Amino acid sequence: MPDSLPPDSVGIVAPQTLHFNEPLALACGQTLKAFDLVVETYGQLNADASNAVLICHALSGHHHAAGYHRMDDRKPGWWDSCIGPGKPIDTNRFFVVSLNNLGGCNGSTGPSSINPDTDQCYGPDFPVVTVKDWVTSQAMLADRLGISCWAAVVGGSLGGMQALQWSLTYPDRLRHALVIASTPRLTAQNIAFNEVARKAITSDPEFHGGRYYDFDVIPRQGLMLARMVGHITYLSDASMGEKFGREMREQAYQFGYDAEFQVESYLRYQGERFSETFDANTYLLMTKALDYFDPAYEFNGNLARALSEARCEFLVLSFSTDWRFTPARSEELVNAMMAARCRVSYAEIDAPWGHDAFLIPTPRYTDIFTAYLDRVAREVRA
Amino acid sequence: MRTDLQIIEQWIQPGSHVLDLGCGEGALLDYLQREKQATGYGLEINPDHITTCMSRGVSVIEQNLDTQGLHNFEDQTFDVVLMTQALQAVRRPDHVLDEMLRLGREGIVTFPNFAHWRLRWYLMSRGRMPESETLPYKWYNTPNIHLCTFKDFEALCHRKNFRILNRTVVDGEQRDRWLSRLWPNMLGQVAIYRIARQED
Repeated sequence: MPDSLPPDSVGIVAPQTLHFNEPLALACGQTLKAFDLVVETYGQLNADASNAVLICHALSGHHHAAGYHRMDDRKPGWWDSCIGPGKPIDTNRFFVVSLNNLGGCNGSTGPSSINPDTDQCYGPDFPVVTVKDWVTSQAMLADRLGISCWAAVVGGSLGGMQALQWSLTYPDRLRHALVIASTPRLTAQNIAFNEVARKAITSDPEFHGGRYYDFDVIPRQGLMLARMVGHITYLSDASMGEKFGREMREQAYQFGYDAEFQVESYLRYQGERFSETFDANTYLLMTKALDYFDPAYEFNGNLARALSEARCEFLVLSFSTDWRFTPARSEELVNAMMAARCRVSYAEIDAPWGHDAFLIPTPRYTDIFTAYLDRVAREVRA
Repeated sequence: MRTDLQIIEQWIQPGSHVLDLGCGEGALLDYLQREKQATGYGLEINPDHITTCMSRGVSVIEQNLDTQGLHNFEDQTFDVVLMTQALQAVRRPDHVLDEMLRLGREGIVTFPNFAHWRLRWYLMSRGRMPESETLPYKWYNTPNIHLCTFKDFEALCHRKNFRILNRTVVDGEQRDRWLSRLWPNMLGQVAIYRIARQED
């Protein structure tokens, strides 16, 4: 057990659960009568509540974005590289709010929560929520915390979609949206990968139509496969090559079907670990939220028209080897923003790690992130 | 701010929507935003310059004119399209000028004059490719692959049927001197042109 934490860590943090007893009308037509959101906050909210930054998580993320829960935690929060004193999202200046989204499996109301109407787990009865629904629930969270306008809403991947959605749904409630390694809509290929993941889960005999909780089992194999295929799309050919190459566990070919190559056992390990900690119904729901996201849809596919409502400033960042949400997707977004005359800055960061690059601090990424947020902080006098 | 930028600034109407090709550290856009309520974007490829733009609040887009072009912008989107000290460094200056006037009502271009007397003298006396304060490179490592003179530029504008709305020159210290105005192709070091398409 380490006896000290890194000086640029937010330190030991504790999540809190906020209960919302107000109905939330969802895009699918259903209404959640009440719900919980699990939240962590870092830093201090200033007197005029102008220094708040909202962190939106990606597919498998959650509220624990920075710091440690206990001294003996093996790893800090998922975006600890970017959140902390002196880090790009500087907790000496900003009040940082990070939550587990609705439908999640880390404490916020989701498929594995108890449905008050039945006293059973929601399971497949939990409504499919969309990015817009998340943003609506996040606005209720902002109200609860006394934040009328975010200094910035920040997110990578699916989190970037939430930042973008914020600028459209609540144009006057954020000053800046940071949309990182994201896309204005999924491509057919993106949806296809999600469908493979969902099919892997739903065809697992232990899935039981999503009511596996009742049988005290989990669709382990399906969730593992879903994660394995997903994980491949987060990395790049080059980064996998560098990490594993054709390295084998044994010297010689075994002429069998066990994991012989290192990359195979890595994927199996990642899949297995994930299947033990993540809820299968949540995985289905999150991939659906990704598939449905398309702010241009209501505007006959015209993204620039969708963006004409936006008032905030945007920072859009992409990564050169990201083939899940390629730089071209970010550029599509930036072009629509420029056509809509939004204030926007864009950079494509050279990084070898594929989609996962948004979680890995590289010098240029850190420089840009720091410079941009320093200006945001100066703007709100934080 | 550099003298050429000060001159350009005077040619831009308040509230203009501006595109700056090769905006550097964004000094001009920053000024135009603050003093003239201008809006718009700078395109840049230098990572350090991009970061500087972001930290001073200039909207900057990482985009390479040579490899990506300007296809992502619709016709007549901007009031003014600017390009300061970059024309000579692009692969096809003629295409870039066409694009500038496709995107914008007006174009403003500045470039070093290769017919300045010092450069002429350098080449004549030494028989080597000229180097100067404005052109501090060797022939083999210069980014300036399409140097031209005022006369060359005006001939191109004539061929393309562009109107020259304003022209001015500054000397080595970026000053606007009466002498270089008198004999620009010989005495002017940096040319500043404001151009537009012929009205139909």
